[in-house]
Amino acid sequence: MTNNPSFDARPKAGVGDSFRSWWNAQSRPMQWLFGVPFILLIALLPILNVPVLTTVGTNFGGVMAQFGMYALIAIGLNVVVGQAGLLDLGYVGFYAVGAYTVALLTSPNSPWNQTGPGGWLSSDWAWLACLPIAILITALSGLLLGSPTLRLRGDYLAIVTLGFGEIVRLLADNLEEITGGGRGLSQVAYPRFGTTEEFPLGVFSAGNVGKTLNSGVWWYWLSIVLIIIVLLFVGNLERSRVGRAWVAIREDEDAAEIMGVPTFKFKLWAFTIGASIGGLSGALYAGQVQFVVPTNFNVVNSVLFLCAVVLGGQGNKLGVILGAFIIVYLPNFFLGRTEILGIPIDGDSIAEYKYFFFGLALMVLMIFRPQGLLPVRQKLLTYGRELFVAARRRQHDEAAAPVEVTK
Amino acid sequence: MSRDSESPHDPGGIEAGAEVGEEYRSTSEDAFDHPVGPMILDEAVPVDVTDVAPELADPEVVAEIVAPTREIETEVGEPLVELEGVTVKFGGLTALDSVTFTIRRGEILGLIGPNGAGKTTCFNAMTGVYRPTSGTVTFDGHVMAKLKRNQITRLGIARTFQNVRLFGEMTALENVVVGTDARHRTSVPGATFRLPRHRHEERDAIDRGLALLEFVGIGARATEKARNLPYGDQRRLEIARALATEPKLLCLDEPAAGFNPAEKVALMDLIRKIRSDGYTVLLIEHDMRLVMGVTDRIVVLEFGKKIAEGVPAEIRDNPAVIAAYLGVPDDASA
Repeated sequence: MTNNPSFDARPKAGVGDSFRSWWNAQSRPMQWLFGVPFILLIALLPILNVPVLTTVGTNFGGVMAQFGMYALIAIGLNVVVGQAGLLDLGYVGFYAVGAYTVALLTSPNSPWNQTGPGGWLSSDWAWLACLPIAILITALSGLLLGSPTLRLRGDYLAIVTLGFGEIVRLLADNLEEITGGGRGLSQVAYPRFGTTEEFPLGVFSAGNVGKTLNSGVWWYWLSIVLIIIVLLFVGNLERSRVGRAWVAIREDEDAAEIMGVPTFKFKLWAFTIGASIGGLSGALYAGQVQFVVPTNFNVVNSVLFLCAVVLGGQGNKLGVILGAFIIVYLPNFFLGRTEILGIPIDGDSIAEYKYFFFGLALMVLMIFRPQGLLPVRQKLLTYGRELFVAARRRQHDEAAAPVEVTK
Repeated sequence: MSRDSESPHDPGGIEAGAEVGEEYRSTSEDAFDHPVGPMILDEAVPVDVTDVAPELADPEVVAEIVAPTREIETEVGEPLVELEGVTVKFGGLTALDSVTFTIRRGEILGLIGPNGAGKTTCFNAMTGVYRPTSGTVTFDGHVMAKLKRNQITRLGIARTFQNVRLFGEMTALENVVVGTDARHRTSVPGATFRLPRHRHEERDAIDRGLALLEFVGIGARATEKARNLPYGDQRRLEIARALATEPKLLCLDEPAAGFNPAEKVALMDLIRKIRSDGYTVLLIEHDMRLVMGVTDRIVVLEFGKKIAEGVPAEIRDNPAVIAAYLGVPDDASA
């Protein structure tokens, strides 16, 4: 017991654990009853203008839009890293593939632009039509990268994926005739929705700035919708044979294979699913900023994505969303701030050194809470709830009337 | 290493058969080993499986659900596995030297031998992990080709490990359900959209998983993480997980390692119970009392050769076996 920490005694019950057990004991409708207002509150944050929470240096709506994209990325990366236990250091590559797919199909600078006269993408629906294409292409790139490399394990896989991330960026940088090289691709399509007199280009247009209900807020809401859809699908996978196979592979790959899990097949699925979610996020990004350049897809972004997952709690879907929030929000919180609670600070410099602070935070976390802020307790059975509810009821009864049980 | 985690809960293992029902009722008292108050409810709370599946209170129903349902070509009593002159060479080393024996369907066969005798090599050759240098292995009427390990399991050979290898972060029930997944056909599309077949398989998996946990006697621990289980229960869970794949042949690799005498007796009962439920068992074991007590026939290997085969009483008196295990005086061997 002493030489193997994983055999350590049961963890102490904390606030999170008691909340989790309370939550798990609620019926599905009750969970929705509590969940929906909470989601609404989160969604309304950028227009509620909460005094301390709202950022001062940048537009809060824009920050939340970025958070939405990072949350999607974190969910996708969590499938690969958190659930299947495959360390992927080149995840930004998939993000880039998604963004460039949309950009190449809709930017006027691109040789493959389809929005002009004779193109098959009508400009009103161009972005939405590109979404499934972007997901498909990134999934394909995940499959392509995964099929030779997933025979590797551990550190070797990490190195190969790191290389992939760089290859994608260098391709974007050097294929000037196609991607425009360092100049990038501009005027990428976005959803033309809500075009009125006031907003001739629609509410999602980057020109919709300044007001409370600016384009950032709209993108944030769009990403919340996508996050909920993705979470439902990923949750279904987690509570199925697929999720169990992933966790089994993470725990002991050899034992999993001997127990009949086709390990390679499910690792490839994890990679492909993770990639397509990353591609979806990339497509969102391309639409929001309407401008794609290679410098947005540096390796350091990969590390930042991974940081969100590890910080929030590998394997915990809500945890990694929290991680994404921290990664995006904290630097922007300090940006342009000169004092907190009356203490004068140099917020801009703090935001500037975000990599330093995140590195420090990761080190501290690894020492004191290696499982992340919200540790994982996956539910891997579709119909497993009733058993947990029965266990809770039983324990409740015993606590109430311990004398009877000893009989 | 996990020996310390052996807890006072396990009263020398589980009484087989009719007393399974009694077993988890008694473990409900274990709640008092844990601190009362705000504890992690999801784990560490003994559950009464009959709360969810009342029919499991009847051991006969449990045995019926656990019994294999798959088609086996071989008749009961006929050879399920046949090794015909199997030789395995690693470079110049002959690990297995033209070994011939059969495992009949429905029996418990013991495979014994001193350390390094070739038991594991024999096992690997039998399951297709190694391709024999010469000779053939026939399993359920088909010659074994080289297969991936997960395909071997699907084919119908399941095993437990000498050193327990459970999925520690999963609950006991989830571990067993991973085993049942070997027979499932749902993949990503079915699971993503929760198609009918997926839902059907999930229900089945949980029913069978709970029955299996009851069968090996750890139903009360269904919702506990595998790594928190006492050592003896971990070994039982491994057996349940292997049975979940509905094997035609169940291989137990030293299942009694680290057990005390009382636990060994309970394990023998469990192995017999598994056999009478319709499984064929191959037992690789060092402990002579266990092997003699539970097997129908025994094959003895030494230095890669089969030196004896027969019922336990014959093996016990076989001079070659005694020599292999105890050594022979120099003058006697001359």
